[in-house]
Parts: sequence; structure tokens; C-alpha cells
Amino acid sequence: MGKTLYEKVWDAHAVGRLADGRTQLFIGTHLIHEVTSPQAFGMIRDLGLKVKYPHRTFATVDHIVPTENQETPSDPLAAEMMEALRKNARDFGITYFDLASGKQGIVHVVGPEQGITQPGTTIACGDSHTATHGAFGAIAFGIGTTQVRDVLATQTLAMEKLKVRRINVNGRLGPGVYAKDVILHIIRLLGAKGGIGFAYEYGGSTFDAFSMEQRMTVCNMSIEGGARCGYVNPDETTYEFLKGRPHAPAPDRWEAAVARWNSFRSDPDARYDDVVDIDAAGIEPSVTWGISPDHGIGISEPIPDPDASADEAQRNDRRKALAYMQLEGGAPIKGVKIDVAFLGSCTNGRLSDFREAARYLKGHKVAPGVKAIAVPGSQITARLCEQEGLDAVFREAGFEWRGAGCSMCLAMNPDKLVGDQLCASSSNRNFKGRQGSPTGRTILMSPVMVCAAAVRGEVSDAREVFDGVPAEAPAA
Amino acid sequence: MSLQPVTTVSGTAVPVPGADIDTDQIIPARFLKCVTFNDLAGKHFYDARFDTNRRPTAHPLDDPRFAGASIMITGANFGCGSSREHAPQAIHRSGFRALIGESFAEIFFGNAITLGMPCVTAARTDLETLAAFVSQNPGAEVRIDLQDMTATCAEIPVPIAMPDSARHALLSGRWDPIRELLENETAAARVAASLPYL
Repeated sequence: MGKTLYEKVWDAHAVGRLADGRTQLFIGTHLIHEVTSPQAFGMIRDLGLKVKYPHRTFATVDHIVPTENQETPSDPLAAEMMEALRKNARDFGITYFDLASGKQGIVHVVGPEQGITQPGTTIACGDSHTATHGAFGAIAFGIGTTQVRDVLATQTLAMEKLKVRRINVNGRLGPGVYAKDVILHIIRLLGAKGGIGFAYEYGGSTFDAFSMEQRMTVCNMSIEGGARCGYVNPDETTYEFLKGRPHAPAPDRWEAAVARWNSFRSDPDARYDDVVDIDAAGIEPSVTWGISPDHGIGISEPIPDPDASADEAQRNDRRKALAYMQLEGGAPIKGVKIDVAFLGSCTNGRLSDFREAARYLKGHKVAPGVKAIAVPGSQITARLCEQEGLDAVFREAGFEWRGAGCSMCLAMNPDKLVGDQLCASSSNRNFKGRQGSPTGRTILMSPVMVCAAAVRGEVSDAREVFDGVPAEAPAA
Repeated sequence: MSLQPVTTVSGTAVPVPGADIDTDQIIPARFLKCVTFNDLAGKHFYDARFDTNRRPTAHPLDDPRFAGASIMITGANFGCGSSREHAPQAIHRSGFRALIGESFAEIFFGNAITLGMPCVTAARTDLETLAAFVSQNPGAEVRIDLQDMTATCAEIPVPIAMPDSARHALLSGRWDPIRELLENETAAARVAASLPYL
């Protein structure tokens, strides 16, 4: 019986069995940012420990950093946290992609961009969207701050092995259907808690045809489906993306690296704990209507009627969700007025997202009264967009073009909703209060759908707003 | 670092019902602006407990009948969302020592165990019965026993569950693994030497 990539990577990194039955797992790559690491460095200092493998931790500033006047945050607490990261990186000899480096950005954009994210590796970060890196065939997962301490001090973690669910998506996506719609569809199908105890292995012809950026979008939101870890087996697309990046293997070691990476691919006869098959043709451009990422529907569907739900607890939860969102069951989602449009985040803040959005936005204007911001995922993304003139397209349409960071995805910086504003967002969470106002409302969607909503001033079907919205994945 | 084994947790309980209570509800992101966890007590569920004018909303966590509760009774997928350890830290620092629910999100669960705060699961019907009883009898003691895996209230035990490894870690006082991880330094170095990408 063959093995999955998850098992092979696990076996290659297992240090031993701990007394409680958990495995001590070696973490090859550790990524840190300013919000969940300072407390861990405090613990390291309190315990008199040192950072064991400082060259295997990489730092950047993303969560709290402002997207305007980035070096000098007006919030003294933000300045303190940014300074703490600078000091900790310096004191412990950790590589720090700071604002001055020109390489700063969202940690899950920076890792792949620098070629730090590689197949067959283990990657941990104090951030739940670490599964993004699974797009490269890495076992990547989010950890708490005490675990950040564990990685700093030992480069290992006490971990419980997960089961593996294979999710096949086969076929050709319809026009205007993107990777974001695929993951919203998967989460809707399997539920926000469906992935508890599982790693998700994504595959099938749709994924084979996907670019690395599309694979990252899907893996990124694995945690929204309850799966701490999600991955795609590495292939030529992966290797092509990595070749020549600063931290990728040098040319003289490249062939050996590719051979090793290929050896981690799941075997054809690998055993899975569960298998789910999805037909790509059945996926519509998707949006959320509620306060959990599994509250998703196709754009042409009505908002679910809570009374139609057979389960009493679900009925109550759905009623509360609709009351919070100020939406009505049974009504169309199309036409719901928006106040803010947010384009960015570790889910959809990469070059291809801005390219695809700009392609359709060009020549259109943001509707009056809508605040629209575009936030590149990294400084490098921003520069590449600017070289192509994409920033001008966004500015001319009425978007604000900002500096790199997490921004309004979690609103720890000044980019926040106000009151009960409703935001069409390319981010990953529609939780209550997520975007900075305790009564703020979020509707998740793909970048092109965000642009369509911005242009119309209401939730819209991009296929009706823009001419010739094509499929993102023409192959397969 | 010697830790106390966690074998039982006894105390009064408060029901915080609902599914998918996410970490943004447990601790809104603005409270993450801190370089230590020291000031998180009382910030738990802040935006559910207070309206936008900072007026109390009559949330169960502020109901005087449940004052001093050390056990939270909750629903499915509790703690979903972010990896922020601030969430279990805020709950723990606000006086809670155990949670009982239908299911817990994995990262939250792991973070809670590392604080020595068990999160145990029970059947939904048992949780509903327990929550209803506690609501009627707020002073009733609930006892969570990790040895025989029961939660007992008014002398009626209900079965509870949790992964074996977490249970053993709590029972043996190894819920913070740092010492054991440090001890295995040589074995870790052997694995490091076998990984060409380091």
C-alpha cells in the first residue's frame, strides 16, 4: 500500500514519540510576524533559552502594519509591536524582511515569493492561514504562540498525526469561476468543521491545470473548512514557479532537489481516510451570505431560508446570522448594497489576482459612495503590479492603491469598516466583527466579483457586469 | 518546569451556546495589540458582552448567577478561525479551567491544552440537558473527570471524550511539552542533518 505526501513528509520529519503518544515533529521552516511572536520571545527570555536554528526562522511585518505611511504608524501599540519584532530578529539572528528590505509583505505571500516555501518540507507559523504553503506540497499549518516558543527553542513541535481526505475536483471551470469559488464551494459542501482531524489533499484535473497562485488560494482557506493543513502534490508547475527564486536550490543542486521533491508525491495506490469527488462544472461564482465561511451560495441562488432547515440548532444559528447580516432568507443575494470593496489578503492578494481584476475593471468606475481599496500582498507584488501599470487601472477606477499588508482582512491596522458597513471582500473570513467594526458585515467573493460589486455598488454577477469574463483555468 | 497533573476540574458552569464561535468573537483583533498576554483577563467575548456604546448586553458571561464559573458549556466547532493563542489565554485568565462542547477547532484545542485547560466533548443531547440544568441551577457544581471521562452534575454522569494524547498529557502533567522537546535535542539534530533543504 502506497503512502500520501502527508505521511512521507511526516515520516521524514519525525524525531520520535513523546510520552503522551504525540510525535515530536521537526519543523524545517518557521515563519513569524509581529502579532503572535513577541510573547513567544518573552517566554524564551524568561526561560533562559536561545533560538536553536535561527537560520530556519524568517520574519516579516504584516498584520498590524499600516498600508499608508507604513514606517511610522500613528498607533503607538502598532509601533511597539513592529519595534519588538525588529529587536527580536536582531537579538536572535533571524532573517527579517522589513519595510526597508523591499521584500516585506504578508507572510504567506513572502514565503513563496522568496522560494523559502518548498515541496516536501514542514512549515509552521503563528497564523492559521499557513496552509497556503501546502500549495507547494509542503505540510504547513498554523500554531499558537506557546508553540512558536517551542519551534524557536527546539525547531520541533509536539503534534498529533492527522487523517488525510483527498478532494478531487475534475473538469473545466465555467466562465467567471475562480479558485476562490472552488474553495468556497468545498467549504460549503463539507462544512466549517468538516475538516477537523484531517489534512486536505487537493487534486484532480482542475488542480493540475491551476497555477501556483490558484493552488495557494485554495490551500489558504483549508482552515475555514476546519482542516489545519491542506496541500497539492508538487509537479512541473510548482518547480517552474520556484526556479531562480532567492531561497530556491541553486542550479547545481536543482536536479537533485526536483528528484527529491518528486519522491514526496502521494503514491498512486496511497490509502486515504476519505475521498470526495467534485465536478468543476457544477461550481458557480460564489458569495457568502452569513457569518461563517460555510455560509456560501452561488451568485444566482437565493439566500437560504432558515425555516427550511431540518435541524433546530442550525435554524437558530442561521436566523442569528441573517439578523446580523441584515439579510432575509429566500431573497436574492444579488443586488445587496455594499459600502466597501476590499481587494487583497493572503487569499487573493497576489499578482495574478490584481491582473485578472484589472483586466475587467479597466474602463469602469467604482460606484458613488463605495470606498474601494486594493492592497497588494507584498512589496514585490506591488512593484510588479506597478510595472504593468495595474495600479493606474485601479486608481483610475476609483480604488485606493495601498502599501502591502493584511489590512482589512483582520483590520488590526487603520483599515477598518465603520459601524454596520457591508464589505465585498476577497479575504477569507466573514466572522462577526472581523473587519474591524463590531457590527461590520463581510461578503466573501473572488477578486473579479469584488470589482463587479464595487462598480455596481451592490453584490453582482461579474459575468453580467463585465464583457467576456472567461474561465480562469482554460485547460483540463 | 514541573507541572501539576490535571485530573479533574470542578466548579460552577456557564452555558455559552451556539455553533462556530470563532476566535474573533472570543477575542476581537484589536485586543491582540500587546506584546504579552498579561492584560487579556476580562476581554473574552468583549463584543458579544458589550454593545458599541460599551453597555453590557446581558450576556450569560456577565449574568451574576454565573459569576465565578470556571467551566464553559458550549456548542460545535468552538474556537474556529485564527490561531491566536490570545483566545484560550483570555478565557483562562478570566477564570475558566475547562470547556465542554460538541467539538473544538484544532488549533484552539491545542493552545488550550498547552495552558492545562481541558476541552472535552460530549453528545449534543447531553450538553443540552447539562446546559438546561445549569441554567435552572446556576450554583450546581460540575465535575469533569479525565480519569473516568465523565462530566457529572447533580450526581448524573455523562460520558465525555478527548484525544488520548491530550488526555495523557494532562493526566501526567506534561501538557506543556517544552521540557521533553528540549531533552530530545540530539534526536532532533539527527533529523535536521537528514534534511537537505536546511
